[in-house]
Amino acid sequence: MHVTIRLFARLREIAGASELRRTLPDGGTARDAWDALVAEFPAMEAHTGSISVAVNEEYAKFTKVLGEGDEVAFLPPVSGGSGIGTSDRELE
Amino acid sequence: MAVTPGPLDAAAVAAAVAGSHDGAVATFLGLVRDRNAGRRVLWLDYEAYAPLAVKAFEHIAAEAAVKWPDACVGIHHRTGRVEIGEASVAIAATSPHRAEAFAACRYAIERVKQIAPIWKHEHFEGGDVWIEGATADPADEQARALAFERACT
Repeated sequence: MHVTIRLFARLREIAGASELRRTLPDGGTARDAWDALVAEFPAMEAHTGSISVAVNEEYAKFTKVLGEGDEVAFLPPVSGGSGIGTSDRELE
Repeated sequence: MAVTPGPLDAAAVAAAVAGSHDGAVATFLGLVRDRNAGRRVLWLDYEAYAPLAVKAFEHIAAEAAVKWPDACVGIHHRTGRVEIGEASVAIAATSPHRAEAFAACRYAIERVKQIAPIWKHEHFEGGDVWIEGATADPADEQARALAFERACT
């Protein structure tokens, strides 16, 4: 099946693209898509423990089974709003 | 709710959520500072996964509406280059009474920082760095409880 992979911030820089189209085996999960990405771009590996995933513009679990044409987004730790990093760090 | 490359206007956010039954509106503007972690900041670049960010804002407003049933929350966030002193985020919370408006507004900014898919690239004197905060997980009860605690203290 074909999926569209969306990448942001640091991950986008590693891949050199914000959007990739890749083929995965049928029945593949979001985790499988990430593993394929890490195989292609080894520098992604370091981010495995800290990313979130969204499928078709909804937050999802890595166990989510993908379908033909799905959009899978991998999201580094977020830093919206103002001030630095997390609100936890802001209190330090 | 909006994710936009243009300047933010807190009054416009407030006007979008205010109704005739509201007696209070609390607004929050997050500004770009010229210093961070000992660095002299030149400007920030914000990158967003816009459709998911808008959904995250709606999710946050729905959470606030459960906790403060009479409150209504609006959230606008900038993308792209934001200069020192400009607002990167504008939040308005309305309610019949001030306590709920203040609490809902504080809750909303805490949740934006936890779950909005938005990333900040800091350009400072001598370099640039991606600022990374929380691993986004809207279902994380601990994070939600922390935001609620901050809203109420």
